[in-house]
Amino acid sequence: MAEHLDTSVLVTLQEVMEAEYPVLLDTFLVDSEERLRLLQAACRSGEAESLRQAAHSFKGSCSNMGAALLAELCREMEESARRDQLDEAPALIERIEREFAIVRILYRAERQRWGGPG
Amino acid sequence: MPRRLSILIAEDGAADRMLLAAIVRRQGHHVVTAANGAEAVELFERERPQLVLMDALMPVMDGFEAAQQIKQLAGNELVPIIFLTSLTENEALVRCLEAGGDDFIAKPYNPIILEAKIQAMHRLRRLQATVLEQRDLIGRRNQQLLDEQRAAKAIFDKVAHAGCLNAPNIRYRQSPRALFNGDLLLAAQAPAGRMFVLLGDFTGHGLPAAIGAMPLAETFYGMTAKGYSSNQILRDINAKLKLILPVEMFCCATFLDINLEQGILRVWNGGLPDGYLIKAVDGARLPLRSRHLPLGVREATSFDDTFETLPLAPGDRLLLLSDGLLESCNADDQLFGEQRLLAVLESNSDPATLFDDIQEALHDFHGQILDDLSLVEVSMIGEPGAVAPHPLHVYPLGSRELRPRDWSTCFELRPGSLRSADPLPMAMQLLLQISPLRYRVGTIFTVLTELYANAVEHGVLLLDSSIKSDAEGFASYYRERQRRLDALDEGFVSIEFTVRSEGAKGYLRIAVRDSGPGFDVQRALNQQYCSEYLGGRGLRMIRQLSERFYWQPDGKVLNVEFHWSGHA
Repeated sequence: MAEHLDTSVLVTLQEVMEAEYPVLLDTFLVDSEERLRLLQAACRSGEAESLRQAAHSFKGSCSNMGAALLAELCREMEESARRDQLDEAPALIERIEREFAIVRILYRAERQRWGGPG
Repeated sequence: MPRRLSILIAEDGAADRMLLAAIVRRQGHHVVTAANGAEAVELFERERPQLVLMDALMPVMDGFEAAQQIKQLAGNELVPIIFLTSLTENEALVRCLEAGGDDFIAKPYNPIILEAKIQAMHRLRRLQATVLEQRDLIGRRNQQLLDEQRAAKAIFDKVAHAGCLNAPNIRYRQSPRALFNGDLLLAAQAPAGRMFVLLGDFTGHGLPAAIGAMPLAETFYGMTAKGYSSNQILRDINAKLKLILPVEMFCCATFLDINLEQGILRVWNGGLPDGYLIKAVDGARLPLRSRHLPLGVREATSFDDTFETLPLAPGDRLLLLSDGLLESCNADDQLFGEQRLLAVLESNSDPATLFDDIQEALHDFHGQILDDLSLVEVSMIGEPGAVAPHPLHVYPLGSRELRPRDWSTCFELRPGSLRSADPLPMAMQLLLQISPLRYRVGTIFTVLTELYANAVEHGVLLLDSSIKSDAEGFASYYRERQRRLDALDEGFVSIEFTVRSEGAKGYLRIAVRDSGPGFDVQRALNQQYCSEYLGGRGLRMIRQLSERFYWQPDGKVLNVEFHWSGHA
């Protein structure tokens, strides 16, 4: 099972972003809340294709940010949407929501370590 | 060589966009960002970035649509598009390619792979730009070359058509591109009713060959109009070409000096295939062989300007060709060759159709019209003297008249000069100054040529023209003339010009004296009335062409007068 956060990815992000690193973390959290809402909406509407696309985009974003477990859950969601197995979706969404809640705490901690609350 | 590029990033995820922009900026590139496809297209139009990083799935307009529009806007320029995607399905990758994607990069982004891909695309871009630049450059150069050739051709045509290529007795085929294939055909009416024809074939093609043709044509026409002999013209052309052409370039040529009135053809062929003199009487075919090196090879001191002399009669035909004709190949790689040409000449029964027969044979052989060969036929038609007026009166352009008209001058030529000099062109320059006689200068030249030839051949060299009664005698007469001239160590010919004018009236008197024993002019005149031998014309013609013809009782001085009155 993947870790919540891949620390080697975080090191690279710090290098790349330098002073902008906390801003990137904030942006990701805001962006992810929006993506999560899109995911929930797609699930409720029962449209497999929009569910797949939403999961796909969220997966890419999570992988870039080193949220390895969250990315893995999104991948599973994308897979079942592709196979049109929407009955698994609500359970998966719940797991994604839970994982995101953990990741959010970890990122906020990371952010505080860098520059205090925004 | 890494280079700073301007790069458009189109990505809807704010964090991904921010991260990617930071990576790319850190690598030294200039970045503009768009959050959807429509924004990307708009930014592309405005900023014209050199490379695009494009997310496939975006709101408003997706990456596939945006990529297509950007490729269209870019036109010929290569704007590489790298799709940002972790798409794993083949179908989606195919869509990216179809939309014009050049490469993919998967999330999560790896800065090293990203930079490597950007640089690879940049190299591709530069390659494409170089190809386009060179294509345009070649296009421009080619256009320039064509324009220059057109201009060169226009100038050359002015020079080349100064002559009489359109005379009714000349037929030729030469493509409009012939000048740039190195083929050259010139023809001019020379004084005394003669015609000069020159067919030349420069080694090499293109502009260099055409450039060599210019001074050749200019010399040919200029000197012909000024009355220079064919030998002198040939020497001058050779000397000029030797001077200006690079060593590997020269001009194979045949020079025809046609004097139908006197029944004489003089031929010089340096390096061209055999031409032919086809006799009207019996259809006999006399080859006009190459006996010299081409023009522009020899130094002036070692140049051989010896012409062959052949008898010429009305109805005879002259045929010249460039080696493009013999060396042209058909689709089976066979040469047309001399044998095929001779077969056509052999089977021809009506000389009037000969030119067409050869053209037809060429066409049958190749199945098409070729443009790298020249063929010319000159037929000896019409009455002697019936040729179109030659363009002497236009030379020299813009000269001033000599006034008042009351002068005399005398040339005396002794053996050294009789061998090598030709006094007639100099005399022509003088006579052209007499404006009331300018329109008759061709006639005067004819008379002067006759008087001078008479003085040299009969007075000084004591030759007997009756030996010219057949073709063999004809040739031996000119051999003997040359032999005696070479051996000459005493004797002279003097030519005195006197011009007098009063009011609108005046006259030119030409007095020719020689060192010979003199002759009974009246008897010679009477004799020539009934003589039939070749070249028999002489004194009677002089009397017909001038206003007054008289002589000293001892026959040593002949006087000819040309008169004018008022509005000539």
